[in-house]
Parts: sequence; C-alpha cells; structure tokens
Amino acid sequence: MSLLATVAAQVAETSSGSTGEQVLFWIIAPLAVIGALGLVTSRKAVHGALFLAVTMVGLAILYIALEAPFLGVVQIVVYTGAIMMLFLFVIMLVGVDASDSRVETIRGQRAAAAVAVVGVVILLASVAGRAALPDPAGTADAAPEGNVYGIADLLFGRYVWAFEVVAAVLITAAVGAMVLTHRERISRRLSQRELAEKRFREGDPRQAAGLPPPGVYARHNAVDTPALLPDGTPAESSVSQVLVARGATRPPEEFAADIDQIGGDAGIDEAGPTSDDAPPGGEPPGSDARGVAGPSGPASAGTDEDAGDNDQPGSGDGGAAR
Amino acid sequence: MIAYPALAEIRAVDQVEGFGDDPWWIIAIKCLAIFVILVLMTLFTIVFERKVVAKMQHRVGPNRVGPKGWLQSLADGVKLMLKEDIIPKAADKIVYVLAPIVAVVPAFLIFAVIPLGPEVSMFGQTTRLQLTDTPVAVLLVLAIASVGVYGLMLAGWSSGSTYPLLGGLRSSAQVISYELAMGLSFVGVFLFAGTMSTSGIVEGQERLWYGLILVPSFVVYLISMVGEVNRAPFDLPEAEGELVAGWGTEYSSIKYALFFLAEYINMVNVSALATTLFLGGWRAPWPLSAINDGMFNEGWWPLLWFFGKVIALLFLFIWLRGTLPRLRYDQFMKFGWKVLIPVSLGWIVLVAGMRLALNEGVQREELMMWGGGALAAILVASFVIPLFTERRADVDEDEPSAEPEFDPFAGGHPVPPLPDQQVPAVPVTAGGTADETTESEAREEGPSA
Repeated sequence: MSLLATVAAQVAETSSGSTGEQVLFWIIAPLAVIGALGLVTSRKAVHGALFLAVTMVGLAILYIALEAPFLGVVQIVVYTGAIMMLFLFVIMLVGVDASDSRVETIRGQRAAAAVAVVGVVILLASVAGRAALPDPAGTADAAPEGNVYGIADLLFGRYVWAFEVVAAVLITAAVGAMVLTHRERISRRLSQRELAEKRFREGDPRQAAGLPPPGVYARHNAVDTPALLPDGTPAESSVSQVLVARGATRPPEEFAADIDQIGGDAGIDEAGPTSDDAPPGGEPPGSDARGVAGPSGPASAGTDEDAGDNDQPGSGDGGAAR
Repeated sequence: MIAYPALAEIRAVDQVEGFGDDPWWIIAIKCLAIFVILVLMTLFTIVFERKVVAKMQHRVGPNRVGPKGWLQSLADGVKLMLKEDIIPKAADKIVYVLAPIVAVVPAFLIFAVIPLGPEVSMFGQTTRLQLTDTPVAVLLVLAIASVGVYGLMLAGWSSGSTYPLLGGLRSSAQVISYELAMGLSFVGVFLFAGTMSTSGIVEGQERLWYGLILVPSFVVYLISMVGEVNRAPFDLPEAEGELVAGWGTEYSSIKYALFFLAEYINMVNVSALATTLFLGGWRAPWPLSAINDGMFNEGWWPLLWFFGKVIALLFLFIWLRGTLPRLRYDQFMKFGWKVLIPVSLGWIVLVAGMRLALNEGVQREELMMWGGGALAAILVASFVIPLFTERRADVDEDEPSAEPEFDPFAGGHPVPPLPDQQVPAVPVTAGGTADETTESEAREEGPSA
C-alpha cells in the first residue's frame, strides 16, 4: 500500500496537481490493482488472462495520462492486442474447461510463499523508499519534439546497439521455434486437383461428393440422428464417426422404435409408402434393416406424398419403376 | 519543488493543433452525433447490403417495411431485441454477458479520431468536424480494434460449445495475422505524411491521394481490412457451412444484436480509415475540388464526400461478398503470412529508400530513371524466364502420356470422364448393365430428391 501511495504521490507531483489526472488515477489505479489480484486468484486460466488484460489497459491509460500517448497505445497494441491474444489462444486451444484446483501439492508451500512475499515487499519498500529519483523534467523538456520523435531518437540513437541485439535474439528465438516445429516432407505435396482425382480413383465413388448430412426431422433435429435412405434404412455414414466413437449417438434400435411410434401416431398405412419407394428390382445390400425401419417411409412419407408427382419423372428410381 | 513548465506548454508538445479547446457542449454534440451516425450507418448498411446482393443475384430484396423496404433492418432490429435471451447451461455466465459489450464499445470509439470534415461553425463556435486527434491517432485505431477482437474470442470461449470455440479461435488467429499486414500498410502513409495524426494525414493529401501514390499499400490495406472485420470471402470465423454460425452460434436476442452492430460498425470504421489514409479523407475528388476556388472543400460539403467514399467502400465489401466464394482456412492463412506481409515489407523498404533518397537531395528525375530501369529489367525478365520454364513444362507433359485409359465403370460404378480422358464409344445394350446403374443411382439420388 505504501508503494502505491508513493507512486500516487509521484504521479500527483509530476502532473502539477491537476485534479482531472488525480481523479483519473484514482479510478484507473485501483482497477489495475484489482486486475493484478484477479490474475493471481482466479481459478480459470481464461479469467486470469482477462484480468491481466484489464491491468494492461489500465497501465496504458495511465501512460497516456502521463503524456506518453505513443507508449500507451503501443502497450495496448503489443501487449493486450498481440501477446495476451496469443496467450488466450493457447489457453483455449489446450483446455477449455481447465480450472486449477486449490489443493496444496507441496507441503508448506503457502506458508513459504507468504514469507517470501513479505520479504520481497520489505525489500522493495526499503529500496523504493531510499531511492533518490532525479527531479522530473516534464515531457516538454525530455522530448521537445513529442513522444514519437523522442522514443525514436533514443531507440535508433543512444540505444541502437541494445535494440539490434534484442532484435537478433528475438529472431534467433523465432527461427529456433520454426526449426523445432519443422517437418521434413517425405513426399511431394498433392495439389487440390490431384487430391480430387485421387478421391474418385481410390475412394468409394458414392462418397466422392461428400458424406450425406445427418437427418433433420420434425421430432428430432440433431447431428446424432442418421439420415434415411430412400428405402427407409438409416444411412450410417451420415453420422459423424467422432460421435459414434464417443457413444453419443442414438442406437439404431431406439431410432427405429421412434419411427414406428411416429408412424403409428400419424396413422400412416405401413405398407403403403414402402412399395412406392423401393426400387422394384434387386434390394440394396443392407436391406434386412428394412424390416425394422421400413414401415417408415416415416418422415419421408409426408414429403413423398407432397412432392411425389413432381419428383418421380426426374429421379432415377421412379422412372425405372413405371 | 522545482519549477515545472506550465501545463499549457506540456500540452503543446503532444497535442495536435486545433483540438482540445472546444467547450463541453460542443464535445457532447460531437459524441452524440458519432453515436447516432454509426447506428444509422449500421441500419443503412444492412439494408443496402441486402438490396445490392439481391440485385446481383437477380432477386428483389427487402421491399416491405417502410419506403421501398429501407426500414427493414430497423424492424429486424426491434424484433431481435424482443426475442428470448438464452444463456446456455454450459456457458461461463460473466464472460458470456461481457463479450458482446467488449465487442461493441471499441467499435464506437474508433470514430472519435476520424476527421469528418474541416473547420465549421457550429452555433457560433468554430470547431473541427472531428471529436479529437492525437499524434498517434492511427495507432490508437489499431489498438482499439485489437481490444474489440476480445469480444469475438471471449464469445467463442464462454459459450461452452465446440463450434463457437473454433470460431473464436479462428477469428483471433485471423485478426492477429491480418492486423500485421494492415499495420505495415500504414507505414508507407506515415512515411509520406510525416505524422500519425489523422487530421495531419488528410492535410497531407491536399494535392494527391496516398491511395494513388502508394498503390501497393492501398491494395494490401483493402485486403487486410476485409480479413480484419471477418467479412466474405474471409468470413471463416462464422462460416455457416462449417461452424453453424461460428462464435455467435449460442447467442440470441440483444446480445446477438450487439455483435451484429459491432460487425457493421467495424465495417464502417475500416472504410472510414481507408478513406482517411488513402482516399483523401473529406476532400472532394479532383474535378469537384477545383470548382470555384475549392468551394466544395469548405464548410459542411466535405461530409458529403467523406460519406460518399465510405459508402463506396462499403459497396466494395458487399460486392466482394456477392462475388467471391469463401477461402479455405489454410489458403487464407498462407495468403496472409506468405503473400501480404512479405509484399508489404518489400514495399516499405522501397518507399523508405525512395524517401531517404529524396531527403538526401537525389533528384526526382534521377530516381525515376533508376526506378524505370529496374522496372524495365523486371519486365524483360518476366518475358525471358517463362521461355525456359515453359519448355520444361512441355517436356514434363510429354512423359505421363501413359495415363490409364478411361474406365467408365471404375470401382463397379459409372463415372464421368476426367478432363483429359476421352469417352470411348460404348455399344449400348439393354441388359444387366442398365439395371445395375438404375439401382445404385436410386440409392444415391433418393435423399436429395
């Protein structure tokens, strides 16, 4: 708290006691401190990152209030806009619901941390209290041509060597990251056209245009419901394999029972639509399932009656059947 | 205590001339005007977009509500606000509510530093048609925009569902990548204008628009601004074919309306920034600017030119949406990192070298000569190099002539010929083959019929 007061006093001094800046400081500074505390205490990593962003924006506003608009804006662009965003990106990608548990894993860690914190605070307070700061010069003297020129002058003048060294280190780090993640390509990368041709040559041509979408019906509208083939059998390829592996789909029996029930509710003559629907010739391979879902035409029965006359000349089976 | 310079003197250093002296009620009027303008522009843009896209697709478009359908978006907005507000069970409630606010507030802030016109007289006060300006105004726009992205990203995360999360991740990755290219496209303008304040940049375009001098910068900006606001063909974060509605999937009612507002305001914002940086800001286009000693560049006239340019850019957005299909995500990222950024870096080096040469006293004619020489060399190279590469391509093409012949029933299924293949004359026989075809086709076409 004493640190904060010192900083506040200094801010108040340098701003020539302008009340506007005082008010701004006492609004922004507590917000920034709350952000910092929230970062430490929040359980979810995303909340922590958000609190940190609040602190950074607060600092940026204070910079701008202290006549350093360039620094403030760059603070937001670089830290809040880019670095925090990458942090969030990684946090979200790694674990959406990950929240820290509060169980102490190392015995006595909290007590040790408390002692260390007290020590650091005492150390900082003593150093800060004894520090002899030069008298503030004011931005007009420090950078007579304005912020941007002042920073550019220092960066590309007095500190150009340090600047270049930092740039070299950062580039080394970037190149290192690229080398570590680089994967040597064993074979040539296939072009989009080659991939398309391969799909027709090697894959099941029935799936060349993509797998059928899941079923959408009046009673059930979700990705876990298979679409129905014209003969009433559920098309298994229309349900995502991921859902099947997770066991998140509805078992076909339940689905079939549902269809029966709907068919009964609607009072549809069970034999009726089937004979119209099915091609007269050979049965499709999976036709024993028809016994279960066949009475169906369930959802498709309605549409068939509506649109049947329009559709049939066009669709292959209708034409062949007549 | 030492003697500090007077406050007014400090201010003079980092303040753009002509700002900061307005009475409070002028500032209040300006703030309110910006708010109203942005909301009206949103309402206008939505109907405008629907009408233009409808024209492009030979449809009628909205024509029911209000005169010629121009109040459609107002009616839609009211309806949207009155809908049920759903918060999913799995959502992180605080962040879920915060996200639309985080998205929409920065969108309103950007217009504060956009110059809408020169000095005008407002109720007896002479003031500029711009709320405020700082020496780093354009960077401030970038900063505010980068805060706005948090809204989309948090919306994606807090919904507690897969598609929004993917949409949020996409939008943040997209904005980070395209913000780089966007920032680089500003650099050329800064080098020419010698300032980053928006009013200073507009002043610098009195004779020639920077969009004409810095064509590559302008093109890079136009592309990256579409990526920055997640519009087609770069609307991958809300790609409805892949992600339902991306980050906005779980949102409804007023929260969704706020996102919608933010998206359209951001379109207006980037268009206004393009106008300011590259299209001369509020200055009248050339033949008009010469009329009657620059009459059209004074008073309230410039508002017309400014919004005319902004609407022209909005039309560009809509045109793109009506024309181009959505990019694949990897192609989109590759385009940003491997094309836009290197091109703008190279262009900046060129511009900086040119500025340096001019500053060092090299004659413009000499510079032109060298530049022309380099251009000519590139032109000659572009004619010569294909001669070699094409020949090599010819050799390559000769080899794989041993392509498998067209098999009309490859895999036991009728297939069309590939582009290189010829359909052999098949004797038509009414027999088993025909039956097989019908059967398998029946299975295929059934669901779609």
